[in-house]
Amino acid sequence: MQYALMIYAEPAYGDALPEAEREKVRAEFHALLSDERVVEAARLQPAETATSVRVVGGQTLMTDGPFADTKEVLGGFAVIEAANLDDAVELASRIPVARYGGAIEIRPVVRL
Amino acid sequence: MLEDVFREEWGRVLASLVGFLGDFDKAEDAAQEAFAIAAERWPAAGAPDNPGGWLVTTARNRAIDRFRRERTLADKLHLLPVREATMDDFDETSIKDERLELIFTCCHPALRLDGQVALTLRALGGLETADIARAFLVSEETMKRRLTRAKAKIKATAIPFAVPDERLLAGRLDAVLAVLYLIYNEGYRGRVDLGAEAIRLGRVLVTLMPNQPEAQGLLALMMIHHARRRARFAGDDLVLLEDQDRSLWDTEAIKAGRSVLENAVAIGGAGAYVLQAAIASLQTREHVDWPQVADTYRRLAELTGSPVVELNHAAALAQVGDPDAALDTVERLELDGYLYYHSTRGELLRRLGRGPEARAAYRRALRLATSTPERRFLTRRLEQV
Repeated sequence: MQYALMIYAEPAYGDALPEAEREKVRAEFHALLSDERVVEAARLQPAETATSVRVVGGQTLMTDGPFADTKEVLGGFAVIEAANLDDAVELASRIPVARYGGAIEIRPVVRL
Repeated sequence: MLEDVFREEWGRVLASLVGFLGDFDKAEDAAQEAFAIAAERWPAAGAPDNPGGWLVTTARNRAIDRFRRERTLADKLHLLPVREATMDDFDETSIKDERLELIFTCCHPALRLDGQVALTLRALGGLETADIARAFLVSEETMKRRLTRAKAKIKATAIPFAVPDERLLAGRLDAVLAVLYLIYNEGYRGRVDLGAEAIRLGRVLVTLMPNQPEAQGLLALMMIHHARRRARFAGDDLVLLEDQDRSLWDTEAIKAGRSVLENAVAIGGAGAYVLQAAIASLQTREHVDWPQVADTYRRLAELTGSPVVELNHAAALAQVGDPDAALDTVERLELDGYLYYHSTRGELLRRLGRGPEARAAYRRALRLATSTPERRFLTRRLEQV
């Protein structure tokens, strides 16, 4: 079963970390990406680069910024193939940001 | 009579069907169908020797029939974890008990807590949705939605129907115990004695996991508390442990609870539930060993870091005969919004002969009291200072 892991964190949370720890976290994250359960994964540019689009009365409207203005922002995502929710939670819990005040939202994927 | 058998067998039958069909709703439909057939046949023909086995077999056969009728069996067969041949020569004696899998699924922490509680009572306890609703003071519609939502999440997110492996077990067992204790603490409302229900579920858990001391600790705790329930109120008034009429205690149940506690300790139990059960057991002795109660509260406080436990530790110290030390401990706690903090403080100040301060503390407690019995109790105390 496929799950999307949406990775939420405070922007640039890593900047507060000492260099050595930051390096470790980065290595950890990259090692995680090579887990065979990971189908695809990506990091997103900061929320300041976000553009939200709506179509109102046939008009395409753009606003600067993310859809929801919150302290934690969507910073990346992964799609994984996991046996069940416990398996997905296990992988999600190893994403470093989860222990630095961030959160990983897990949702089953519906393939179109 | 038949209703008792049904309640007894429901959890086991449903667990087996969820394991077989991989779907809560289908399992519930099939189980209900089998129970309806039993209700029709058993009164005249007599119950079979193995009612659980009969119910599971009948329910499975009905579920398979339904698949066949829907005649997309060829497509659906891959959803079934067993091959057709094994369905046909199905052997009643081979039905394995899958209630443990069911417990861990119902109490999965990815579900909302109110959903975990409702589903545990419905699926394992076999309580009717209407009765669960009444017990939790919500409408039947609300309770139905709660159950539907939990079941839908289990299905959509593939919450496993399995006993968690070693790595996850401790945390997940904590979640199960928390659900049972929460059910226990709802007490008696409507037609259902949730205290007794929690004890029943606790017994099932302990039978299925005989090597988990905390499960036994919780069961012992609930049994010993439950044994005192008739003494806890006089009319509408709350009666403190030390003032309770002991002839109203169910001494057999206390004894049974103690024996569960002894087992828990024998297999190395020293967790929070075991310690609470030990305290409950000590407090029901004819002569309460207060130094030991205080010491057990101290261990519990170290383990949990809970200020409420510290408060109880202080109250026990006062019983040992050291109200000064007790008051010292209490004054260090930050529990200003907690009724029992103020009432305990009031009691200690009263014993130390500091009347005006004691009255102020009781008045503060009174302002935090939400139930009528609590208010009456505190008013009486206030008059006695």
